[in-house]
Amino acid sequence: MKEFMTGNHAIAHAVKLCRTPLIAAYPITPQTPIYEKLSEWEASGQLKGIMMRTESEHSAMASCIAASLTGVRTFTASSSQGIALMHEMLHFASGCRVPVVMANVNRLLAAPWGFWADQLDSLSQRDTGWIQFYCENGQEALDSVIQAYRIAEQVYLPAMVSIEAFFVSHFMEVVDLPEQEQVDRFLPPMDLPHKFDMDKPGFLVPVVPSELYRKYKHMAQVSMDSVKGLALQVDQEFRNEFGRGYGIVEPLMVEDAEVVVVTAGSITGTARVAIKELRERGYRIGLLKVRLFRPFPGEAIREALRGRKRIAVIDRNFSLGGGGIFCQELRAALVHSPDRPLVFSYIAGIGGTDVRPEMIERVCLDVMERTEPMDTPIWIMEEGS
Amino acid sequence: MVLTEERPNLLRPGHAACAGCGLATGMKLVLQAMGPRTIAVIVPSCEGAIGGVYPYTAYGVPTIHSAFEIAAPTAAGIANGLKVQGITDIQVLAFAGDGGTFDIGLQALSGVAKNNDDIIYVCLDNEGYMNTGIQVSSSTPSFAWTGTTPKGNPRRKKNIMEIMAAHYNPYSATATIGFPRDLQQKITKAKGIRGTKFIHMLVPCPTGWRTPSDISPELSVLAVETNIFPLYEVEDGKRYTINHQPRRLPVREYLSRQGRFRHLKEEEIEQIQRDADEEWKKLRYRAGLSG
Repeated sequence: MKEFMTGNHAIAHAVKLCRTPLIAAYPITPQTPIYEKLSEWEASGQLKGIMMRTESEHSAMASCIAASLTGVRTFTASSSQGIALMHEMLHFASGCRVPVVMANVNRLLAAPWGFWADQLDSLSQRDTGWIQFYCENGQEALDSVIQAYRIAEQVYLPAMVSIEAFFVSHFMEVVDLPEQEQVDRFLPPMDLPHKFDMDKPGFLVPVVPSELYRKYKHMAQVSMDSVKGLALQVDQEFRNEFGRGYGIVEPLMVEDAEVVVVTAGSITGTARVAIKELRERGYRIGLLKVRLFRPFPGEAIREALRGRKRIAVIDRNFSLGGGGIFCQELRAALVHSPDRPLVFSYIAGIGGTDVRPEMIERVCLDVMERTEPMDTPIWIMEEGS
Repeated sequence: MVLTEERPNLLRPGHAACAGCGLATGMKLVLQAMGPRTIAVIVPSCEGAIGGVYPYTAYGVPTIHSAFEIAAPTAAGIANGLKVQGITDIQVLAFAGDGGTFDIGLQALSGVAKNNDDIIYVCLDNEGYMNTGIQVSSSTPSFAWTGTTPKGNPRRKKNIMEIMAAHYNPYSATATIGFPRDLQQKITKAKGIRGTKFIHMLVPCPTGWRTPSDISPELSVLAVETNIFPLYEVEDGKRYTINHQPRRLPVREYLSRQGRFRHLKEEEIEQIQRDADEEWKKLRYRAGLSG
């Protein structure tokens, strides 16, 4: 069934379709419509479960972790300062091996204040042990939440699905809502092996010696690494059931490309338009969308970029003293590539500034001129600014 | 009603508490009154150290060692997780120290009390950060020595019971190990009430209070009898009941037994006495008693 809705409401629909019985949340712009929509359905009885209206995002995550350990599916949504406040509990969630799913609406971090799209909030959480997806639009966000539960509940690691503030969270688009029976077929009930057991009263999260700590972290890494293959397999099964899929990366017209533009999130949609136009004008430009960020799909990226010589990574995020974060990760993944491509870092759309097709065109034309490697990122701003 | 002999001991022997630890005694009494159909939450504190290092644990009920400031929302998450599955015969118990309750966990506890989530929250109050080696908390009494107040604590102890009462939660009570019957009755009563129940338990700490290891129960009795720590209950934030009529011994008898008060000047002791008298008057007024 097709409906016209915002990205936020698409995510709320996904949570309802997944029959998530326990939600804990705290309001923050621009995530709040997810929290409100789910509250509305809880009140009307359409959502069978409990909405915990906690006093902070930190407590929301604490409650999700704890409830998950009783064996129920859980959800929270957050953004920006909220996810930063949660930071301690994000590490705790992955350490507890709980399949909590969270939607994050990418919003810039203060100071100064603003509400606009910027991926630094969730990318700052890259080392917390969460699976991370970056989505281009509301449809993909809905589908990714459903896939995230499937994956998280198989590897016992939490998963985060991110969309950008306003560009996706508040823009209305047509979304194809899956049927409940289809989602039920695709997503079996959660079965957590390490939940509270009254017959075997264990002690969860004990103090452990150094060697055991190392062992658990290594076990988590093995599980996290398996997500690259599992996410592809789950996406394929999703395609079989629902007729659409995304892969973990999506290459577009890269086979003969002189320049490949790499994007994540909503800038991808703009890049599709820009690249099509450049192709019509005779430029051999390709596009690679990165959807899965944790675990970072290094092999899939190397495969997609095989033989390419010039790559331009566009980041709507910036690590001060480092650079664009997707670019950093991609460079690291390509370090052993025999093609030794030139990888340039472009910073665009910071603080929710608009990234128009002509800016992507400028990036492509700029890369074509470059023959020398360059460490420092190149900021793309409007003419005259 | 003392359950000690009748019920299984759910804080097993071999735990790692210091000799004479009032907190371990308190946990044992609480767990006995709770019984085996309990899921417990502990947080980084002496409770974590007492529990032991993997693969050993002293806890006889399913327990989670959560993060410092989230005893309450962890317990609430478990309670709601059970509720949504229709499980009604398991109670969720949160243990946190005074640091985890009065200071870093106060916001999270307030959030849970506001929602009236169905948990029993026990604050094991040893009046300082004892697990990290005796630092001041907002529960440390006036003038007491700690590692971070070497000249004595310049501020009064925070009134956590009044803060809880301001949430209109169904049940809050003070308790201490020197009155085990009263303590276990309160836990039993809390088990029969739905919503957020709060027990403020004074637990003497020989290490931090600079006392011999064999006087913790006695000190706890003195705290009550001097009105330093009256035993009372608050229901729905408004009905106050005083559970024990104290002998109103001079506070000096309580203070003089503890090394942490050894440096007190005469006027400081008098100040503590005035504060205790004033608080007692206030409490009697709230309980509908005059004078």
